[in-house]
Amino acid sequence: MMGENPISVYIDIIKGSIFRGLFQGDLSRLGDTLLRITTLILTGLAVAFAFKTGLFNIGVSGQMLFGGFLAVFVGVQLHTLPKPLLMTICILVAILGGALWALVPGILKASYRINEVVVCIMMNYCAVWIVHYLVRTNILSNFDTESKRVGYNASLRVDWMSKIFDGSVVNLSLFLAIICAILVWYILERTTFGYELKAVGFNHNAAKYAGMKVNKNILLSFVISGGIAGLAGASYYIGFVDHIQIGVLPTLGFDGIAVSLLGLNTPFGVLLSAGLFGLLRNGGDYINALYNMPKQFVDILVSLIIYFAAASLLIRSFLHKLSKRYRNQSIELEKEVK
Amino acid sequence: MEFYHFIQEIMPYILGFTAPILITATGGLFSERSGVVNIGLEGLMVVGTFTSAIFVKSMVSVLGVMPQYMVWVSILLAALVGGLFSLLHAYASVSLKADQVISGTAINLLAPAITLFLAEGLIGTQNITLPVGLKRYDNGIPLLSKIPFIGELFFTSVNLSIYFVLLIVILAWFIIFKTSYGLRLRACGENPHAADSMGVNVVRMRYQAVFISGVLAGIGGAIFVLTYPLEFNGLVNGLGFLALASLIFGKWRPFNVLGATLFFGGMSTLATFSQVNETIKSLQLPREAFNIIPFIATIIALLVFSRNSNAPKALGEPYDTGKR
Repeated sequence: MMGENPISVYIDIIKGSIFRGLFQGDLSRLGDTLLRITTLILTGLAVAFAFKTGLFNIGVSGQMLFGGFLAVFVGVQLHTLPKPLLMTICILVAILGGALWALVPGILKASYRINEVVVCIMMNYCAVWIVHYLVRTNILSNFDTESKRVGYNASLRVDWMSKIFDGSVVNLSLFLAIICAILVWYILERTTFGYELKAVGFNHNAAKYAGMKVNKNILLSFVISGGIAGLAGASYYIGFVDHIQIGVLPTLGFDGIAVSLLGLNTPFGVLLSAGLFGLLRNGGDYINALYNMPKQFVDILVSLIIYFAAASLLIRSFLHKLSKRYRNQSIELEKEVK
Repeated sequence: MEFYHFIQEIMPYILGFTAPILITATGGLFSERSGVVNIGLEGLMVVGTFTSAIFVKSMVSVLGVMPQYMVWVSILLAALVGGLFSLLHAYASVSLKADQVISGTAINLLAPAITLFLAEGLIGTQNITLPVGLKRYDNGIPLLSKIPFIGELFFTSVNLSIYFVLLIVILAWFIIFKTSYGLRLRACGENPHAADSMGVNVVRMRYQAVFISGVLAGIGGAIFVLTYPLEFNGLVNGLGFLALASLIFGKWRPFNVLGATLFFGGMSTLATFSQVNETIKSLQLPREAFNIIPFIATIIALLVFSRNSNAPKALGEPYDTGKR
């Protein structure tokens, strides 16, 4: 449609996000790609964690925003504290904020069986307006639409990383995201708690029958998912950027749905698919400049992936049927042989 | 008397805000009554705003004559495109038996991306500013505005869209609750297997319902862009989600939904006016308080209704003949 060779566009996306950096000594592009991947890993993990318990956390954006707000707020208010201490406090309040925001749909789902999707959407808008109010009255900058900026002491950026990546703002949250992925994997695959969460997601009646506390698990799953979303907020609002724009819901929370679905809701799948999406997003900016192509090109790709991921059930049942037929055939073959 | 003047002053704006939410919610009513969750209303509205905006922008300069007719043609066109776009959702959620919530989310993400992409490609900018919108009857609609009390309240400084929308709501109520078609539609949302055994084609019914929801959401988007911002930028400011909220708040019944949308429209109006109107200023509430009320109200409504929810029983469940 845009009259460009699609393959050369894809090659340029990859070039723009990785290889140019490696071969031409310009590491800032690679750094920027890692920067985008970081937040996507965290939002993807947040969505995936809830999915494992059969919950759809569409409220990651709101949880991210509220957690990020608390981090920025604390960062601005306590800017005199030394960096290691202030940074840790900021990260912790962000996680707390995200968990707090997820507590509402969690309680409503666990105790009253109210559809979490609708509550999450409403909570997203509540977050937008409450943060709007809190920023406006407490930490508004000279610009009417954004908060004051956090200083170096609160920021997740560190000088040595920026130096390695030629001034890219890739920051410590990259390591936090990877640690978080490993932790999520450990909880889900190696602990009884994780097993219970998955059992509840698989069939909550059976889990109840087996003596598991279904409601408690639903609540905990939501709160942990929200905590991860809060961490994503910290990585975005005090790592990627250093202030909050009021009235804006971060779309990265919705991208997390795509990341999680494409990664089959497993932690390491999330790492891989976040890598792909981060690459697409950053490379998208590159081709945007190169081909004069709207950046929505990548948004279209992402939403199509979500669309087809929703339909993936069909493919699964198709494969299932196929394997069944194959098995039947081989059974018949065996009978014939006998 | 002062209160009456205050109401009279803001009523046209309340009606203006309510119209797009109400018609979109009515669309959602069809889809959800047939058993298909439609979270994609927001995206479908965006498609409507885009279609209407691009048509008016390009046509008014070409034809120049009778821009008001062109405006109404653009609404019809938005209805058609919205309906066609919603078939994506129908295909995924009915034919492919996909997760309806995720499919709707995809629609919400896809719509702004595709429309902004097209806007940039066709017009060369992502913001389409409209030269003309729906006509507002500033001096009142002839005859009707002469009715004492009501005339000043409802027929002055308004545009016709709200009456057009009200007509559709009444029509929707009639179709859903008074015709055999509506009965079959509701049966698909309550117990699709029973409906199927009585010879109702559930798949076709759900396709039609989702299509209608797309048509009405498309009109909603068009009315929104033609009344209030007069600029397309890929956003409808969460009106689609407000429509969804109204649907829940109104317990999936047309006239309750009407009440809910009027309430939400009123809140949005108060929020907009809270900085300029002396009467609202005197309440000394932050302006965000009005914005947030619809969303909190919906959560509370969910909590209150949770015991005897009127939600269609098969809402969100793909229809699978094998499960009968």
